[in-house]
Amino acid sequence: MTTQVTDHDILATAREQVLERGEPLRYEQILAVLQTSDADLEGLLALAHEVRMRYQGPEVEVEGIVSLKTGGCPEDCHFCSQSGQFTSPVRSVWLNIPELVRAAKQTAATGASEFCIVAAVRGPDERLMEQLREGVAAIRAAVDIHVAASIGMLTQEQVDDLVDMGIHRYNHNLEAGRSYFPHVVTTHTWDERWDTCLMVKASGMELCCGGLVGMGETLEQRAELAAQLAELEPHEVPLNFLNPRPGTPFGDLEPMSANDALRTIAAFRLALPRTILRYAGGRELTLGDLGTRDGLLGGINAVIVGNYLTTLGRDPREDLALLQELNMPIKALNETL
Amino acid sequence: MDLSAVSLDTAPGAPGAWCGHCGGPTSEGQHDSCVRMRELEPQRYCTQCRRRMKVQVVPQGWTATCIAHGSVEHSTWT
Ligand code: SF4
Ligand SMILES: [Zn+2]
Ligand SMILES: [Zn+2]
Repeated sequence: MTTQVTDHDILATAREQVLERGEPLRYEQILAVLQTSDADLEGLLALAHEVRMRYQGPEVEVEGIVSLKTGGCPEDCHFCSQSGQFTSPVRSVWLNIPELVRAAKQTAATGASEFCIVAAVRGPDERLMEQLREGVAAIRAAVDIHVAASIGMLTQEQVDDLVDMGIHRYNHNLEAGRSYFPHVVTTHTWDERWDTCLMVKASGMELCCGGLVGMGETLEQRAELAAQLAELEPHEVPLNFLNPRPGTPFGDLEPMSANDALRTIAAFRLALPRTILRYAGGRELTLGDLGTRDGLLGGINAVIVGNYLTTLGRDPREDLALLQELNMPIKALNETL
Repeated sequence: MDLSAVSLDTAPGAPGAWCGHCGGPTSEGQHDSCVRMRELEPQRYCTQCRRRMKVQVVPQGWTATCIAHGSVEHSTWT
């Protein structure tokens, strides 16, 4: 059997199984999609786009993120410039509440419906929970936007506290497929992350859970991440492309190619037909303007506007203009309630 | 930090002896890629003293502060 026939088979199968019947691709099928050739990329992206349109519609969910506590993290996630274990130039800093509220206001002004507060920690301590409680209350009093949080691994008590604060969605990524995770993080386990995800899901908060690709994993391990995310069924999957950070163990890796990134987007969409699939970090570097557009026409239906936690994003006006050009309305706040 | 107290030519973002991106001496080596990276990254080093600065990125911009030379603020939204 030639590669081309295999490519054709998996695309035909995906069309019938995912698009027509709404049944996600399984692990072997996701892998087969990741193994398709560049010649099939256009057809693959078109199919992923059809799936997105049928099961999620044309709307795009827009979110802003901000770092409440930057740097000095005790964990050793090899992709992260905020780990205190590497000689990264990122220093520890806290954001004050008035600046947090200002960031939420400016995010809301772009039409965004989500604002995610992030802290570089293993898990929250009392000081962080208190800062968050105060910050969320101040935002809710001043701005009409859903507040999400990402503050590491949680205890059940902390999950309950976040629900009480009114946190709408909680981000906790699997980062990598289970078999590759020990090559990425050694200070905690994949299973610990999985447990926090399950607690969040059970709490009634929406779970936002994704990972990074382009960290040296095999295609099998990339497919594994997609399949494990599909098993978890999060409300949203943020997809990051490694942006190699100076001083980190992954600092010397080459950014993944745009075609590999686009194939990954399509494969994730076919594995997760009913999930919000968001562009997270690394798209500027990996995809550029043209690739960003291709991804929005290949399965992506959510974006982060403005800057990331330690790196910069595009000017939101460029993203919003692109969405308008593609006839993809921004999901309104009341539609996401 | 009160910026009025800092004279402009010694501000941490003003051209100085050190590259604000990689922290290397501006008189040595190539910093063209550092200049290009300014679109994707905030300044990390003080151009006057090479100290790593405290950098807060927010959706709409960033602020970098050197303990000796004050702050540089940049808006990334037009
Ligand atoms: S836990 Fe988060 S902040 Fe800490 S090193 Fe890992 S990714 Fe970075
Ligand atoms: Zn330089
Ligand atoms: Zn200085």
